[in-house]
Amino acid sequence: MGMTMAEKILAKASDKSVVEAGEIVMANIDIAMTHDLTGPLSVESFEKIGVEDVWDPEKIVVVFDHQVPADSLDAVGNHMIMRKFVEEQKINNFYDVREGVCHQVLPEKGHVLPGEVIVGTDSHTCTHGALGAFSTGIGSTDMAMVFATGKLWFKIPETIKFDITGQLKDNVFAKDVVLNIIGKIGADGATYKACEFGGEATRAMSISDRMVMCNMAIEMGGKTGLVEPDQKTINYLKGRTTKNYEIMKTDGDAKSLETVHIDVDDLEPQIACPHNVDNVKPVSEVEGTHIDQIFLGSCTNGRISDLRTAAKIMKGKEVAMGVRMLVIPASREVYTKALDEGLLRTFVDAGALVCNPCCGPCLGGHVGLIGPGEVSLSTSNRNFKGRQGSPEAEVYLSSAAVAAASAVTGKITDPR
Amino acid sequence: MKGKVWKFGDDVDTDIIIPGRYLVLRDEKELAACVMEGCDPDFSEKVSEGDIIVAGKNFGCGSSREHAPIAIKGAGVAAVVAESFARIFYRNSINIGLPLIEAKNVSKNVSEGDIIEIDVDKGILKDLDTSEEFEIKPLPEFMLGIMNEGGLINYLKNHIGEIKG
Ligand code: SF4
Repeated sequence: MGMTMAEKILAKASDKSVVEAGEIVMANIDIAMTHDLTGPLSVESFEKIGVEDVWDPEKIVVVFDHQVPADSLDAVGNHMIMRKFVEEQKINNFYDVREGVCHQVLPEKGHVLPGEVIVGTDSHTCTHGALGAFSTGIGSTDMAMVFATGKLWFKIPETIKFDITGQLKDNVFAKDVVLNIIGKIGADGATYKACEFGGEATRAMSISDRMVMCNMAIEMGGKTGLVEPDQKTINYLKGRTTKNYEIMKTDGDAKSLETVHIDVDDLEPQIACPHNVDNVKPVSEVEGTHIDQIFLGSCTNGRISDLRTAAKIMKGKEVAMGVRMLVIPASREVYTKALDEGLLRTFVDAGALVCNPCCGPCLGGHVGLIGPGEVSLSTSNRNFKGRQGSPEAEVYLSSAAVAAASAVTGKITDPR
Repeated sequence: MKGKVWKFGDDVDTDIIIPGRYLVLRDEKELAACVMEGCDPDFSEKVSEGDIIVAGKNFGCGSSREHAPIAIKGAGVAAVVAESFARIFYRNSINIGLPLIEAKNVSKNVSEGDIIEIDVDKGILKDLDTSEEFEIKPLPEFMLGIMNEGGLINYLKNHIGEIKG
Protein backbone atom coordinates (compact mmCIF):
# COMPACT_ATOMS: atom_id res chain seq x y z
CA MET A 1 0.00 0.00 0.00
CA GLY A 2 1.38 3.38 -0.99
CA MET A 3 1.57 6.56 1.01
CA THR A 4 0.62 10.18 0.42
CA MET A 5 3.17 12.95 0.15
CA ALA A 6 2.21 14.20 3.62
CA GLU A 7 2.64 10.70 5.06
CA LYS A 8 6.02 10.21 3.40
CA ILE A 9 7.37 13.52 4.68
CA LEU A 10 6.16 12.94 8.24
CA ALA A 11 7.42 9.33 8.21
CA LYS A 12 10.89 10.48 7.27
CA ALA A 13 10.83 13.26 9.88
CA SER A 14 9.90 10.79 12.60
CA ASP A 15 12.44 8.14 11.50
CA LYS A 16 9.81 5.65 10.40
CA SER A 17 9.45 3.76 7.16
CA VAL A 18 5.65 3.64 7.23
CA VAL A 19 2.99 5.77 8.91
CA GLU A 20 -0.78 5.69 8.67
CA ALA A 21 -3.40 8.43 8.87
CA GLY A 22 -4.60 8.90 12.45
CA GLU A 23 -1.30 7.78 13.97
CA ILE A 24 0.50 10.24 16.27
CA VAL A 25 4.21 10.76 15.60
CA MET A 26 6.93 12.89 17.10
CA ALA A 27 8.56 14.62 14.13
CA ASN A 28 11.86 16.46 13.83
CA ILE A 29 11.36 20.03 12.65
CA ASP A 30 13.48 21.45 9.83
CA ILE A 31 12.41 25.10 10.03
CA ALA A 32 10.55 26.94 12.81
CA MET A 33 9.27 30.41 11.90
CA THR A 34 7.85 33.05 14.16
CA HIS A 35 6.98 36.74 13.69
CA ASP A 36 6.62 39.98 15.60
CA LEU A 37 3.04 39.40 16.67
CA THR A 38 2.99 35.79 17.90
CA GLY A 39 6.74 35.60 18.63
CA PRO A 40 6.65 37.29 22.05
CA LEU A 41 4.14 34.75 23.41
CA SER A 42 6.32 31.93 22.05
CA VAL A 43 9.37 33.38 23.78
CA GLU A 44 7.43 33.79 27.01
CA SER A 45 6.29 30.15 26.89
CA PHE A 46 9.81 28.98 26.00
CA GLU A 47 11.20 30.78 29.02
CA LYS A 48 8.68 29.02 31.27
CA ILE A 49 10.04 25.59 30.30
CA GLY A 50 13.32 26.45 31.95
CA VAL A 51 15.67 25.46 29.11
CA GLU A 52 18.48 27.97 28.46
CA ASP A 53 19.19 27.54 24.75
CA VAL A 54 17.07 26.81 21.71
CA TRP A 55 17.74 23.44 20.07
CA ASP A 56 19.27 24.83 16.88
CA PRO A 57 19.46 28.57 16.11
CA GLU A 58 20.15 27.88 12.41
CA LYS A 59 16.71 26.28 12.03
CA ILE A 60 14.78 29.20 13.50
CA VAL A 61 13.63 32.08 11.30
CA VAL A 62 12.23 35.31 12.73
CA VAL A 63 10.41 37.79 10.49
CA PHE A 64 8.92 41.18 11.41
CA ASP A 65 5.92 41.83 9.21
CA HIS A 66 2.65 42.35 11.08
CA GLN A 67 3.36 45.74 12.61
CA VAL A 68 6.22 47.27 10.65
CA PRO A 69 7.24 49.92 11.20
CA ALA A 70 5.96 49.81 14.79
CA ASP A 71 2.77 51.86 15.09
CA SER A 72 2.42 51.84 18.88
CA LEU A 73 4.46 51.44 22.04
CA ASP A 74 3.04 47.94 22.45
CA ALA A 75 4.24 47.03 18.96
CA VAL A 76 7.74 48.40 19.47
CA GLY A 77 7.81 46.58 22.82
CA ASN A 78 7.13 43.32 20.99
CA HIS A 79 9.87 44.10 18.49
CA MET A 80 12.31 44.70 21.33
CA ILE A 81 11.45 41.36 22.98
CA MET A 82 12.13 39.58 19.70
CA ARG A 83 15.35 41.45 18.92
CA LYS A 84 16.67 40.53 22.35
CA PHE A 85 15.70 36.87 21.87
CA VAL A 86 17.37 36.78 18.45
CA GLU A 87 20.56 38.23 19.89
CA GLU A 88 20.67 36.02 22.98
CA GLN A 89 19.95 32.84 21.03
CA LYS A 90 22.31 33.78 18.17
CA ILE A 91 19.61 33.45 15.50
CA ASN A 92 21.10 34.50 12.16
CA ASN A 93 17.97 34.08 10.07
CA PHE A 94 16.42 37.28 11.34
CA TYR A 95 14.53 39.59 8.99
CA ASP A 96 13.84 42.89 10.72
CA VAL A 97 11.32 45.51 9.52
CA ARG A 98 12.79 45.82 6.05
CA GLU A 99 12.10 42.45 4.42
CA GLY A 100 8.37 41.76 4.08
CA VAL A 101 5.64 39.21 4.87
CA CYS A 102 6.94 35.98 6.42
CA HIS A 103 5.29 33.62 3.95
CA GLN A 104 6.92 35.42 1.04
CA VAL A 105 10.30 35.97 2.73
CA LEU A 106 10.75 32.32 3.77
CA PRO A 107 10.70 30.81 0.27
CA GLU A 108 12.52 33.79 -1.29
CA LYS A 109 15.42 33.39 1.12
CA GLY A 110 15.68 29.66 0.50
CA HIS A 111 14.29 28.47 3.83
CA VAL A 112 11.66 26.26 2.21
CA LEU A 113 12.75 22.97 0.66
CA PRO A 114 10.74 20.04 -0.69
CA GLY A 115 10.33 17.14 1.73
CA GLU A 116 10.98 19.22 4.85
CA VAL A 117 8.77 19.81 7.88
CA ILE A 118 8.16 23.50 8.53
CA VAL A 119 6.13 24.99 11.36
CA GLY A 120 5.27 28.62 12.00
CA THR A 121 3.25 30.53 14.58
CA ASP A 122 0.98 31.75 11.83
CA SER A 123 -1.92 29.85 10.32
CA HIS A 124 -0.91 30.64 6.73
CA THR A 125 2.35 28.74 7.15
CA CYS A 126 0.56 26.18 4.96
CA THR A 127 1.66 28.38 2.00
CA HIS A 128 5.04 26.61 1.82
CA GLY A 129 3.54 23.35 0.68
CA ALA A 130 3.62 25.00 -2.75
CA LEU A 131 7.25 23.86 -2.88
CA GLY A 132 6.47 20.35 -1.64
CA ALA A 133 7.22 20.82 2.07
CA PHE A 134 4.90 19.74 4.88
CA SER A 135 4.24 23.10 6.43
CA THR A 136 1.68 24.04 9.03
CA GLY A 137 0.63 26.72 11.51
CA ILE A 138 1.00 26.12 15.24
CA GLY A 139 0.41 28.09 18.44
CA SER A 140 2.93 29.73 20.73
CA THR A 141 3.14 26.92 23.30
CA ASP A 142 3.73 24.35 20.56
CA MET A 143 6.46 26.65 19.26
CA ALA A 144 8.01 26.78 22.73
CA MET A 145 8.26 22.98 22.57
CA VAL A 146 9.94 23.21 19.17
CA PHE A 147 12.39 25.85 20.41
CA ALA A 148 13.30 23.61 23.34
CA THR A 149 13.39 20.20 21.67
CA GLY A 150 13.33 20.56 17.88
CA LYS A 151 10.36 18.23 17.84
CA LEU A 152 6.59 18.38 17.73
CA TRP A 153 3.86 15.77 17.74
CA PHE A 154 1.54 15.43 14.75
CA LYS A 155 -1.49 13.36 13.98
CA ILE A 156 -0.87 12.01 10.48
CA PRO A 157 -3.56 13.65 8.33
CA GLU A 158 -5.65 12.13 5.61
CA THR A 159 -5.24 13.77 2.21
CA ILE A 160 -7.80 15.36 -0.07
CA LYS A 161 -6.33 15.65 -3.53
CA PHE A 162 -7.90 18.28 -5.75
CA ASP A 163 -7.42 17.11 -9.31
CA ILE A 164 -7.80 20.38 -11.21
CA THR A 165 -8.33 20.05 -14.95
CA GLY A 166 -8.96 22.50 -17.78
CA GLN A 167 -7.46 25.82 -18.70
CA LEU A 168 -8.11 29.16 -17.05
CA LYS A 169 -9.60 31.91 -19.22
CA ASP A 170 -7.95 35.33 -19.47
CA ASN A 171 -8.19 37.33 -16.26
CA VAL A 172 -9.13 34.27 -14.23
CA PHE A 173 -6.47 33.24 -11.71
CA ALA A 174 -5.40 30.74 -9.04
CA LYS A 175 -7.26 32.88 -6.47
CA ASP A 176 -10.51 32.29 -8.33
CA VAL A 177 -9.84 28.55 -8.40
CA VAL A 178 -9.15 28.26 -4.70
CA LEU A 179 -12.09 30.50 -3.73
CA ASN A 180 -14.30 28.32 -5.88
CA ILE A 181 -13.03 25.18 -4.11
CA ILE A 182 -13.56 26.70 -0.65
CA GLY A 183 -17.07 27.80 -1.62
CA LYS A 184 -17.83 24.24 -2.67
CA ILE A 185 -16.41 22.30 0.27
CA GLY A 186 -16.95 24.88 3.03
CA ALA A 187 -14.88 26.52 5.77
CA ASP A 188 -14.52 23.19 7.59
CA GLY A 189 -14.58 20.95 4.51
CA ALA A 190 -10.98 19.84 4.92
CA THR A 191 -10.53 20.06 8.69
CA TYR A 192 -7.41 18.18 9.85
CA LYS A 193 -6.63 17.14 6.28
CA ALA A 194 -3.71 17.75 3.98
CA CYS A 195 -5.00 19.53 0.85
CA GLU A 196 -2.96 18.45 -2.14
CA PHE A 197 -3.44 20.34 -5.39
CA GLY A 198 -2.71 18.46 -8.60
CA GLY A 199 -3.93 17.98 -12.15
CA GLU A 200 -2.98 19.74 -15.37
CA ALA A 201 -4.22 23.17 -14.23
CA THR A 202 -2.01 23.04 -11.13
CA ARG A 203 0.98 21.91 -13.17
CA ALA A 204 0.40 24.86 -15.50
CA MET A 205 0.51 27.26 -12.54
CA SER A 206 3.60 29.26 -11.60
CA ILE A 207 5.12 28.82 -8.12
CA SER A 208 3.39 32.07 -7.08
CA ASP A 209 0.02 30.69 -8.18
CA ARG A 210 0.67 27.47 -6.27
CA MET A 211 1.42 29.57 -3.19
CA VAL A 212 -1.98 31.24 -3.55
CA MET A 213 -3.65 27.81 -3.57
CA CYS A 214 -1.72 26.44 -0.58
CA ASN A 215 -2.03 29.72 1.35
CA MET A 216 -5.79 29.30 1.46
CA ALA A 217 -5.85 25.61 2.48
CA ILE A 218 -6.37 26.78 6.08
CA GLU A 219 -9.57 28.59 5.02
CA MET A 220 -11.20 25.19 4.50
CA GLY A 221 -9.74 23.85 7.75
CA GLY A 222 -6.75 22.14 6.12
CA LYS A 223 -3.65 21.24 8.08
CA THR A 224 -1.44 22.03 5.12
CA GLY A 225 -1.55 22.67 1.38
CA LEU A 226 0.74 20.68 -0.90
CA VAL A 227 1.80 20.61 -4.53
CA GLU A 228 4.01 17.89 -5.98
CA PRO A 229 7.41 19.43 -6.86
CA ASP A 230 8.36 19.53 -10.54
CA GLN A 231 10.85 21.30 -12.79
CA LYS A 232 9.28 24.68 -11.92
CA THR A 233 9.98 23.98 -8.25
CA ILE A 234 13.58 23.04 -9.01
CA ASN A 235 14.04 26.19 -11.09
CA TYR A 236 12.59 28.35 -8.31
CA LEU A 237 15.01 26.88 -5.78
CA LYS A 238 18.08 27.41 -7.98
CA GLY A 239 20.04 30.36 -6.68
CA ARG A 240 18.03 30.39 -3.45
CA THR A 241 19.54 27.34 -1.80
CA THR A 242 22.56 25.10 -2.11
CA LYS A 243 21.16 22.48 0.25
CA ASN A 244 20.09 19.01 -0.87
CA TYR A 245 16.45 18.09 -0.74
CA GLU A 246 14.26 15.11 -1.45
CA ILE A 247 11.20 15.20 -3.69
CA MET A 248 8.32 13.06 -2.45
CA LYS A 249 5.13 12.28 -4.31
CA THR A 250 1.76 10.74 -3.47
CA ASP A 251 1.26 7.14 -4.57
CA GLY A 252 -1.95 6.53 -6.50
CA ASP A 253 -2.90 3.63 -4.20
CA ALA A 254 -2.37 5.51 -0.91
CA LYS A 255 -5.04 4.38 1.55
CA SER A 256 -5.93 7.73 3.12
CA LEU A 257 -6.42 9.49 -0.19
CA GLU A 258 -9.67 11.04 -1.36
CA THR A 259 -9.75 12.68 -4.79
CA VAL A 260 -12.00 15.58 -5.78
CA HIS A 261 -12.21 16.65 -9.44
CA ILE A 262 -12.55 20.29 -10.38
CA ASP A 263 -12.72 21.64 -13.92
CA VAL A 264 -11.80 25.26 -14.45
CA ASP A 265 -12.50 25.69 -18.16
CA ASP A 266 -15.60 27.81 -17.60
CA LEU A 267 -14.66 29.38 -14.29
CA GLU A 268 -15.40 33.10 -13.95
CA PRO A 269 -13.75 35.40 -11.39
CA GLN A 270 -14.90 34.57 -7.85
CA ILE A 271 -15.60 36.77 -4.84
CA ALA A 272 -15.79 35.73 -1.18
CA CYS A 273 -18.54 37.85 0.37
CA PRO A 274 -18.85 38.98 4.01
CA HIS A 275 -18.31 37.49 6.57
CA ASN A 276 -17.02 34.03 5.68
CA VAL A 277 -14.42 32.86 3.21
CA ASP A 278 -16.75 30.09 2.01
CA ASN A 279 -19.49 32.59 1.11
CA VAL A 280 -18.26 32.58 -2.49
CA LYS A 281 -20.14 33.98 -5.50
CA PRO A 282 -19.20 34.52 -9.13
CA VAL A 283 -18.33 38.16 -9.77
CA SER A 284 -21.42 38.62 -11.95
CA GLU A 285 -23.63 38.25 -8.88
CA VAL A 286 -21.98 41.03 -6.88
CA GLU A 287 -20.91 43.36 -9.66
CA GLY A 288 -21.73 46.97 -8.90
CA THR A 289 -21.30 46.67 -5.11
CA HIS A 290 -19.94 50.00 -3.83
CA ILE A 291 -16.49 49.95 -2.20
CA ASP A 292 -14.59 52.39 0.03
CA GLN A 293 -11.17 50.78 0.15
CA ILE A 294 -9.11 48.42 -1.99
CA PHE A 295 -6.19 46.48 -0.59
CA LEU A 296 -3.80 44.92 -3.09
CA GLY A 297 -1.25 42.90 -1.14
CA SER A 298 -0.78 40.18 1.56
CA CYS A 299 0.78 36.72 1.59
CA THR A 300 -1.98 35.58 -0.74
CA ASN A 301 -1.78 38.10 -3.60
CA GLY A 302 0.99 40.62 -2.99
CA ARG A 303 3.51 39.06 -5.39
CA ILE A 304 5.08 40.53 -8.49
CA SER A 305 2.67 38.69 -10.80
CA ASP A 306 -0.27 40.28 -8.93
CA LEU A 307 1.22 43.76 -9.18
CA ARG A 308 1.89 43.25 -12.90
CA THR A 309 -1.69 42.15 -13.51
CA ALA A 310 -3.09 45.10 -11.58
CA ALA A 311 -0.77 47.69 -13.14
CA LYS A 312 -1.69 46.51 -16.63
CA ILE A 313 -5.36 47.12 -15.87
CA MET A 314 -4.75 50.48 -14.14
CA LYS A 315 -2.16 51.97 -16.49
CA GLY A 316 -3.16 55.53 -17.41
CA LYS A 317 -6.32 55.37 -15.30
CA GLU A 318 -7.26 56.79 -11.95
CA VAL A 319 -8.58 55.32 -8.71
CA ALA A 320 -12.26 56.36 -8.56
CA MET A 321 -13.12 59.46 -6.52
CA GLY A 322 -13.99 58.60 -2.93
CA VAL A 323 -12.12 55.29 -3.07
CA ARG A 324 -8.79 54.74 -1.34
CA MET A 325 -6.41 52.11 -2.60
CA LEU A 326 -3.45 50.59 -0.77
CA VAL A 327 -0.79 48.71 -2.69
CA ILE A 328 1.55 46.72 -0.45
CA PRO A 329 4.17 44.52 -2.12
CA ALA A 330 4.66 41.30 -0.12
CA SER A 331 8.44 41.63 0.16
CA ARG A 332 11.43 43.81 -0.56
CA GLU A 333 12.24 41.58 -3.55
CA VAL A 334 8.75 42.16 -4.94
CA TYR A 335 8.97 45.88 -4.14
CA THR A 336 12.28 46.44 -5.95
CA LYS A 337 11.12 44.46 -8.98
CA ALA A 338 7.93 46.52 -9.11
CA LEU A 339 10.06 49.64 -8.80
CA ASP A 340 12.33 48.62 -11.68
CA GLU A 341 9.42 47.68 -13.89
CA GLY A 342 7.66 51.00 -13.28
CA LEU A 343 4.63 49.35 -11.72
CA LEU A 344 4.77 51.43 -8.56
CA ARG A 345 4.79 54.57 -10.71
CA THR A 346 1.59 53.39 -12.37
CA PHE A 347 -0.08 52.92 -8.98
CA VAL A 348 1.08 56.24 -7.58
CA ASP A 349 0.03 58.06 -10.76
CA ALA A 350 -3.39 56.44 -10.41
CA GLY A 351 -3.71 57.83 -6.89
CA ALA A 352 -3.02 54.65 -4.90
CA LEU A 353 -0.91 54.65 -1.74
CA VAL A 354 2.14 52.41 -1.99
CA CYS A 355 3.30 51.20 1.45
CA ASN A 356 6.37 49.35 2.70
CA PRO A 357 6.29 45.52 2.52
CA CYS A 358 4.19 44.29 5.47
CA CYS A 359 0.83 42.70 6.27
CA GLY A 360 -0.92 46.07 6.03
CA PRO A 361 -4.65 46.13 6.79
CA CYS A 362 -4.96 42.35 6.26
CA LEU A 363 -5.53 41.63 9.94
CA GLY A 364 -6.78 45.01 11.04
CA GLY A 365 -3.91 45.64 13.42
CA HIS A 366 -1.76 48.14 11.56
CA VAL A 367 -2.31 50.58 8.68
CA GLY A 368 -5.43 51.25 6.63
CA LEU A 369 -8.31 50.21 8.87
CA ILE A 370 -11.90 50.46 7.68
CA GLY A 371 -14.68 52.07 9.67
CA PRO A 372 -18.28 51.16 10.58
CA GLY A 373 -20.43 50.66 7.49
CA GLU A 374 -17.46 50.78 5.12
CA VAL A 375 -16.72 48.17 2.49
CA SER A 376 -13.29 46.81 1.60
CA LEU A 377 -12.27 44.75 -1.42
CA SER A 378 -9.11 42.89 -0.59
CA THR A 379 -6.76 40.43 -2.28
CA SER A 380 -5.97 38.82 1.09
CA ASN A 381 -7.37 35.59 2.49
CA ARG A 382 -9.86 36.38 5.28
CA ASN A 383 -13.04 38.41 5.47
CA PHE A 384 -14.12 37.60 9.02
CA LYS A 385 -16.15 40.17 10.90
CA GLY A 386 -13.83 42.88 12.19
CA ARG A 387 -10.84 41.47 10.31
CA GLN A 388 -9.80 44.79 8.77
CA GLY A 389 -11.09 47.17 11.42
CA SER A 390 -14.65 47.80 12.57
CA PRO A 391 -16.89 44.75 13.19
CA GLU A 392 -19.56 46.74 11.36
CA ALA A 393 -17.46 46.92 8.19
CA GLU A 394 -17.62 44.44 5.32
CA VAL A 395 -14.75 42.72 3.52
CA TYR A 396 -14.92 41.11 0.08
CA LEU A 397 -12.04 38.97 -1.22
CA SER A 398 -10.88 38.71 -4.83
CA SER A 399 -7.96 38.31 -7.23
CA ALA A 400 -5.63 41.21 -8.05
CA ALA A 401 -7.37 41.67 -11.41
CA VAL A 402 -10.80 42.20 -9.87
CA ALA A 403 -9.27 44.54 -7.29
CA ALA A 404 -7.60 46.67 -9.98
CA ALA A 405 -10.65 46.84 -12.24
CA SER A 406 -12.80 47.77 -9.23
CA ALA A 407 -10.38 50.47 -8.08
CA VAL A 408 -10.97 52.33 -11.31
CA THR A 409 -14.77 52.14 -11.18
CA GLY A 410 -15.29 52.30 -7.40
CA LYS A 411 -17.56 49.27 -7.59
CA ILE A 412 -16.92 45.53 -7.77
CA THR A 413 -16.10 45.01 -11.44
CA ASP A 414 -15.42 42.03 -13.69
CA PRO A 415 -11.92 42.54 -15.13
CA ARG A 416 -12.74 40.69 -18.35
CA MET B 1 -17.73 20.45 36.07
CA LYS B 2 -20.98 22.42 36.16
CA GLY B 3 -21.70 25.87 34.72
CA LYS B 4 -24.03 28.34 33.04
CA VAL B 5 -24.23 28.30 29.23
CA TRP B 6 -23.35 31.13 26.84
CA LYS B 7 -24.31 30.24 23.29
CA PHE B 8 -22.57 31.03 20.01
CA GLY B 9 -23.11 29.83 16.44
CA ASP B 10 -21.07 27.98 13.79
CA ASP B 11 -17.61 29.00 12.53
CA VAL B 12 -16.77 31.30 15.46
CA ASP B 13 -13.40 32.53 14.18
CA THR B 14 -10.36 33.82 16.02
CA ASP B 15 -11.02 37.39 14.86
CA ILE B 16 -14.35 37.24 16.67
CA ILE B 17 -12.74 35.76 19.78
CA ILE B 18 -9.95 38.32 19.86
CA PRO B 19 -9.63 40.93 17.07
CA GLY B 20 -6.21 41.56 15.50
CA ARG B 21 -5.73 44.99 17.04
CA TYR B 22 -5.46 43.40 20.51
CA LEU B 23 -2.73 40.92 19.62
CA VAL B 24 -0.10 43.30 20.92
CA LEU B 25 -1.39 42.33 24.38
CA ARG B 26 -0.16 39.23 26.18
CA ASP B 27 -1.62 39.52 29.67
CA GLU B 28 -4.45 37.03 30.31
CA LYS B 29 -6.67 39.60 32.06
CA GLU B 30 -6.13 42.35 29.48
CA LEU B 31 -6.97 39.89 26.71
CA ALA B 32 -10.00 38.65 28.65
CA ALA B 33 -11.40 42.20 28.75
CA CYS B 34 -11.88 42.06 24.94
CA VAL B 35 -12.93 38.42 24.57
CA MET B 36 -15.66 37.71 21.97
CA GLU B 37 -15.77 41.41 21.17
CA GLY B 38 -16.29 40.61 17.49
CA CYS B 39 -19.84 39.40 18.12
CA ASP B 40 -20.78 40.52 21.64
CA PRO B 41 -18.87 43.58 22.91
CA ASP B 42 -20.34 43.19 26.43
CA PHE B 43 -19.49 39.50 26.81
CA SER B 44 -16.49 40.06 29.06
CA GLU B 45 -18.69 41.90 31.55
CA LYS B 46 -21.51 39.37 31.47
CA VAL B 47 -19.48 36.18 31.78
CA SER B 48 -18.59 34.85 35.25
CA GLU B 49 -16.05 32.42 36.59
CA GLY B 50 -17.02 28.84 35.80
CA ASP B 51 -19.41 29.60 32.91
CA ILE B 52 -19.31 27.42 29.81
CA ILE B 53 -19.35 28.42 26.14
CA VAL B 54 -21.49 26.24 23.87
CA ALA B 55 -21.12 26.63 20.10
CA GLY B 56 -21.75 24.93 16.77
CA LYS B 57 -19.24 23.53 14.31
CA ASN B 58 -15.69 24.66 13.52
CA PHE B 59 -15.17 26.74 16.66
CA GLY B 60 -11.89 28.68 16.66
CA CYS B 61 -11.24 28.65 12.91
CA GLY B 62 -8.75 31.10 11.45
CA SER B 63 -5.55 32.34 12.96
CA SER B 64 -2.98 30.46 15.03
CA ARG B 65 -3.11 33.19 17.69
CA GLU B 66 -2.90 31.56 21.11
CA HIS B 67 -4.31 34.84 22.40
CA ALA B 68 -7.75 33.35 21.58
CA PRO B 69 -7.85 30.47 24.09
CA ILE B 70 -5.86 32.59 26.57
CA ALA B 71 -8.56 35.30 26.44
CA ILE B 72 -11.34 32.72 26.94
CA LYS B 73 -9.53 31.07 29.84
CA GLY B 74 -8.67 34.47 31.32
CA ALA B 75 -12.35 35.41 31.35
CA GLY B 76 -12.97 32.50 33.71
CA VAL B 77 -14.68 30.23 31.17
CA ALA B 78 -14.38 26.68 32.52
CA ALA B 79 -14.73 24.87 29.19
CA VAL B 80 -15.78 25.29 25.58
CA VAL B 81 -18.29 22.80 24.24
CA ALA B 82 -18.78 22.63 20.48
CA GLU B 83 -19.86 20.27 17.74
CA SER B 84 -16.37 20.49 16.25
CA PHE B 85 -13.21 22.56 16.64
CA ALA B 86 -10.71 24.00 14.22
CA ARG B 87 -7.36 22.24 14.41
CA ILE B 88 -4.92 24.88 15.65
CA PHE B 89 -7.34 26.27 18.22
CA TYR B 90 -7.87 22.74 19.51
CA ARG B 91 -4.16 22.13 20.09
CA ASN B 92 -3.59 25.58 21.56
CA SER B 93 -6.41 25.16 24.09
CA ILE B 94 -5.23 21.77 25.31
CA ASN B 95 -1.67 23.10 25.48
CA ILE B 96 -2.66 25.92 27.84
CA GLY B 97 -5.08 23.74 29.83
CA LEU B 98 -8.44 25.06 28.58
CA PRO B 99 -10.80 22.05 28.45
CA LEU B 100 -12.56 21.51 25.12
CA ILE B 101 -15.53 19.19 24.84
CA GLU B 102 -16.76 17.85 21.53
CA ALA B 103 -20.40 16.74 21.52
CA LYS B 104 -22.81 16.19 18.63
CA ASN B 105 -26.10 18.18 18.35
CA VAL B 106 -25.35 20.08 21.51
CA SER B 107 -25.70 23.60 20.12
CA LYS B 108 -29.21 23.03 18.80
CA ASN B 109 -30.52 21.46 21.98
CA VAL B 110 -29.00 23.48 24.81
CA SER B 111 -30.27 27.01 25.52
CA GLU B 112 -28.44 30.07 26.72
CA GLY B 113 -28.62 30.34 30.48
CA ASP B 114 -29.13 26.60 31.03
CA ILE B 115 -26.91 24.89 33.57
CA ILE B 116 -24.96 21.99 32.13
CA GLU B 117 -22.93 19.36 33.89
CA ILE B 118 -19.96 17.66 32.24
CA ASP B 119 -18.62 14.33 33.40
CA VAL B 120 -15.48 13.72 31.35
CA ASP B 121 -14.79 10.30 32.88
CA LYS B 122 -18.25 8.99 32.04
CA GLY B 123 -18.24 10.82 28.70
CA ILE B 124 -21.59 12.51 29.37
CA LEU B 125 -22.81 16.09 29.17
CA LYS B 126 -26.17 16.77 30.83
CA ASP B 127 -28.43 19.82 30.54
CA LEU B 128 -29.79 20.13 34.08
CA ASP B 129 -32.70 22.34 32.91
CA THR B 130 -34.02 19.81 30.40
CA SER B 131 -32.35 16.61 31.67
CA GLU B 132 -31.21 15.91 28.13
CA GLU B 133 -27.92 14.03 27.85
CA PHE B 134 -25.23 14.20 25.16
CA GLU B 135 -22.34 11.90 24.49
CA ILE B 136 -18.86 13.45 24.62
CA LYS B 137 -16.17 12.48 22.15
CA PRO B 138 -13.16 11.41 24.24
CA LEU B 139 -9.84 13.27 23.94
CA PRO B 140 -7.08 11.24 22.28
CA GLU B 141 -4.99 9.58 24.98
CA PHE B 142 -1.90 11.60 24.14
CA MET B 143 -3.74 14.90 24.58
CA LEU B 144 -5.41 13.67 27.74
CA GLY B 145 -1.90 13.16 29.12
CA ILE B 146 -1.01 16.79 28.38
CA MET B 147 -4.31 18.03 29.84
CA ASN B 148 -3.91 15.95 33.01
CA GLU B 149 -0.44 17.32 33.62
CA GLY B 150 -1.81 20.87 33.44
CA GLY B 151 -0.84 21.77 29.86
CA LEU B 152 2.14 21.42 27.56
CA ILE B 153 4.62 23.54 29.55
CA ASN B 154 4.24 21.35 32.63
CA TYR B 155 4.26 18.24 30.47
CA LEU B 156 7.56 19.35 28.96
CA LYS B 157 9.07 20.12 32.33
CA ASN B 158 8.31 16.51 33.33
CA HIS B 159 9.27 14.77 30.10
CA ILE B 160 11.85 16.87 28.28
CA GLY B 161 14.56 14.25 28.70
CA GLU B 162 12.53 11.51 26.99
CA ILE B 163 11.39 13.83 24.20
CA LYS B 164 14.87 15.06 23.38
CA GLY B 165 15.97 11.41 23.37
S1 SF4 C 1 -0.58 39.08 5.10
FE1 SF4 C 1 -2.39 38.70 6.34
S2 SF4 C 1 -2.71 36.51 6.31
FE2 SF4 C 1 -0.63 36.89 5.56
S3 SF4 C 1 0.66 36.68 7.36
FE3 SF4 C 1 0.12 38.84 7.19
S4 SF4 C 1 -1.73 39.09 8.45
FE4 SF4 C 1 -1.45 36.91 8.09
